[in-house]
Amino acid sequence: MAETVLETHGLTMRFGGVVASDHVDFRLEARELRCLIGPNGAGKSTFFKCISGLLTPTSGHVFMRGEEVTGWMPHQIASLGVGIKTQTPNVMDQLDVFENIWLAARRFHDVAEANRKAEDVIDRLALGPIARTNLGELAHGERQRVELGLVTVGDPWLVLLDEPAAGMSAQDVERMTDIIHELTRTAAVVIVEHDMQFIRSIAQKVTVFHQGAVLMEDHVDAVMSDPTVRNVYLGKKA
Amino acid sequence: MDLTFVILVEMLYAVASLILISAGLAVVFGMMKVINLAHGEFMMMGGYATITAVNLGVNIFVAMLIVAPLVVGLIGLVVERLVIRHLYGRLVDTMLATWGLSLFFIGMVTLIFGNTTTGISTPIPGFTVGNYQVNGYNFFIILVSIALLIVMLAVLKATRAGLIARGTMQRSDMAAALGYSPDRIYMATFFCGSAIAGLAGAVLAPLVGLVPTSGGAYIAKAFITVIAGGPSLIAGLISSSTLFGLVSQFFTFAISPVIGEVALLVAAVVLLRLLPQGVTGKFFKGKL
Amino acid sequence: MIKTSATRDVVTTLVVAALLITIMPQLIGTYTLTVLVVYGMLGLSLGLIWGFGGILCFGQAAYFGLGAYTYAIAAVNFGESTLPMLLAVLVPALFAAILGAMMFYGRLTDVYLGVITLVVTLILFKFINSTAGPQYKIGDARLGGFNGIPGFQTLNVPGRPNDYIWGDAYFYFCAIALVIVYLLVTWLLRSSFGRIAVGIRENETRIALMGYDVAARKTVLFAIGAAIAGLSGALFANWAEIVTPGLFSLGQSAEIIIWCIVGGLGTRFGPVIGAAGLAYLKFLLGQQSMIDNTLIIGLILVFFVLFLPKGILPAVTDIWRVSFGRRKRRGARTRRGRGGRQHG
Repeated sequence: MAETVLETHGLTMRFGGVVASDHVDFRLEARELRCLIGPNGAGKSTFFKCISGLLTPTSGHVFMRGEEVTGWMPHQIASLGVGIKTQTPNVMDQLDVFENIWLAARRFHDVAEANRKAEDVIDRLALGPIARTNLGELAHGERQRVELGLVTVGDPWLVLLDEPAAGMSAQDVERMTDIIHELTRTAAVVIVEHDMQFIRSIAQKVTVFHQGAVLMEDHVDAVMSDPTVRNVYLGKKA
Repeated sequence: MDLTFVILVEMLYAVASLILISAGLAVVFGMMKVINLAHGEFMMMGGYATITAVNLGVNIFVAMLIVAPLVVGLIGLVVERLVIRHLYGRLVDTMLATWGLSLFFIGMVTLIFGNTTTGISTPIPGFTVGNYQVNGYNFFIILVSIALLIVMLAVLKATRAGLIARGTMQRSDMAAALGYSPDRIYMATFFCGSAIAGLAGAVLAPLVGLVPTSGGAYIAKAFITVIAGGPSLIAGLISSSTLFGLVSQFFTFAISPVIGEVALLVAAVVLLRLLPQGVTGKFFKGKL
Repeated sequence: MIKTSATRDVVTTLVVAALLITIMPQLIGTYTLTVLVVYGMLGLSLGLIWGFGGILCFGQAAYFGLGAYTYAIAAVNFGESTLPMLLAVLVPALFAAILGAMMFYGRLTDVYLGVITLVVTLILFKFINSTAGPQYKIGDARLGGFNGIPGFQTLNVPGRPNDYIWGDAYFYFCAIALVIVYLLVTWLLRSSFGRIAVGIRENETRIALMGYDVAARKTVLFAIGAAIAGLSGALFANWAEIVTPGLFSLGQSAEIIIWCIVGGLGTRFGPVIGAAGLAYLKFLLGQQSMIDNTLIIGLILVFFVLFLPKGILPAVTDIWRVSFGRRKRRGARTRRGRGGRQHG
């Protein structure tokens, strides 16, 4: 039986009269890869923000490795060893690639080790040729890759990614898939994603959100062929 | 009884003068999200315009209510065309540039009128209530600020320009998409804001000795009243002016005028810490 | 590589400083130079927190004044200058730490930060102005309201209250103090703390998501800026031999901001040179009565915001790089705005 790294009980978030997240019970095991899908406004992103500390849930509880983290600030959650990537690219435009990744590495290591770690990640993500270029001058796909680099450089045991493949070229998506697969050797990964192609290529277990609540949770193939899911989500697309 | 009346008038006067001081800035900030740090100097110039006009033989009420707003409005128009319009969307840069303008106007007025105190006497005599002397001019200030609020409300609610203005306040991008040139809307707004500042400066001028640096006394109060008021123009103006006016008058009566001023500022700091979006960011949402 | 560039940085600083300290007294009297140096340090204090930390403080004068008053009050009470100097650094730092914690843990944004720092300066200004009565005294020091506090013990050799440091010696003392502060700032910016501070300026959310406590770090940086401003305030008090409420005035705060913009944000030397240069210009303008100098200072500020928003020093280095520097990879330098100022 694998260890549970992330768990929510009755997680609820209300904005005025709108219930964006409705009593969500969620469990994630160590080294598991999980995709959260659902139509627009289904509450995936709200749920994501509640577990990453960007929002404080109205009620309910969040546990990470058994510790209650409900209402913690993002920096406290990240300090536990959780890597977080938000929906819009969040990087430091006036700093170069090395500095961006170094800053993330420095949080968990001393200066010498941070230098080594940053070099290491730059090699692994093939960012070498642009290591000294400011983020503001990079293409979208490169920026996404750098952000993934700075999320992973701290050796997280839980990684939360909000739409990592959005706006990327096919080649970039392929590279992203490899990186995520490699991540799951050491970390549990939660991905919020729209792109069904991408999900099919990486995911096994999928959680479907609908109107703030969990509609179903199963293997990707089972989810795809489920008539209810097709109705609320795929049906709209077809 | 007499004392109660006097205190009531003083309280109302404090609130009314805060509304007057802040209204012009609130219009500009509400519509354009521009903080005009030269606002105090606009008021100061309104005062000088009045005095100059009176010395030239113009009736004092005409000078205060018509000449001063026009003169300052035109100055505002020039400023908007030359400086502000290059800086839209850059909040901090506008604050810095208008701070520069404020120094420029202080220097300019010093050059023209000299660094001495000028003033005009209040055109309305005082009267006594029981043992207390009441400044009759205070009633005029209260009336003007009420009239100003009513006019602003009427313009915003009942005219086409007001409708466009409200639309721009909510979504300036959409207003532009609907074919209203934000450039012209901003120009008109800045003119109105400056004119209101000129009016306020003119109306308050008889109560203070006017020097080129007089604006400094207004800008901080206007600034905090507007920011504390939050996104709703008129509701924000009324609520924060009332709050700060009452706080400062309470401490003025209880301790001393200086403590009253300090209490106002402390109240502002505490309020912003508790309600960073301003009063109307929390309550009266979506009102004008 | 980092080691050698650090050494080069220190050597450059020392050589430039030594040259300036030797040459400048030949051109300008040391009395005037002293106050230029003091203003340079004050400019550096805001340049540090604004240019590298992205914190725009509208009330840096508050810490300047606080440092000056702390020094004056303590000097009257103790009759010597060593402990008062230390207090003049510590009191503003502590004050800023409390104020900063209140603001940064409340996640206030730019404008609100501006309002609060501005208002706090006003409160101090009004309060000090109103303390003319004899009941306002701390120990033996009467606050004196708008008249200020004159006649306190000025700087002496530590442990020997009768050996005053004044005149030329005081100029060298201030100049060396500035060099030391400058080197400390350089060291701070090269340390992890400084690099993370720049990261916060660039993207606060990202740094928080990396697990750094942004509010705590901003508070510490804010306090460091206040400590430097406090030190410059104490040096100013020693130079002027009187402290008055004018030190807290909004005009003073405005000038500090102007120095930073004109000199160049995001550089260490820019604010120093901006402060000294503009203060000297103001001194020269003060000697003529044709044009009011507020007018010119105002025009300079408007001009810089509109046409040279990055300041003189970055503009000069840009020109230098374009003319003589090696081509950067990827060709053109991007002309982005001063990121630090627009981000929260």
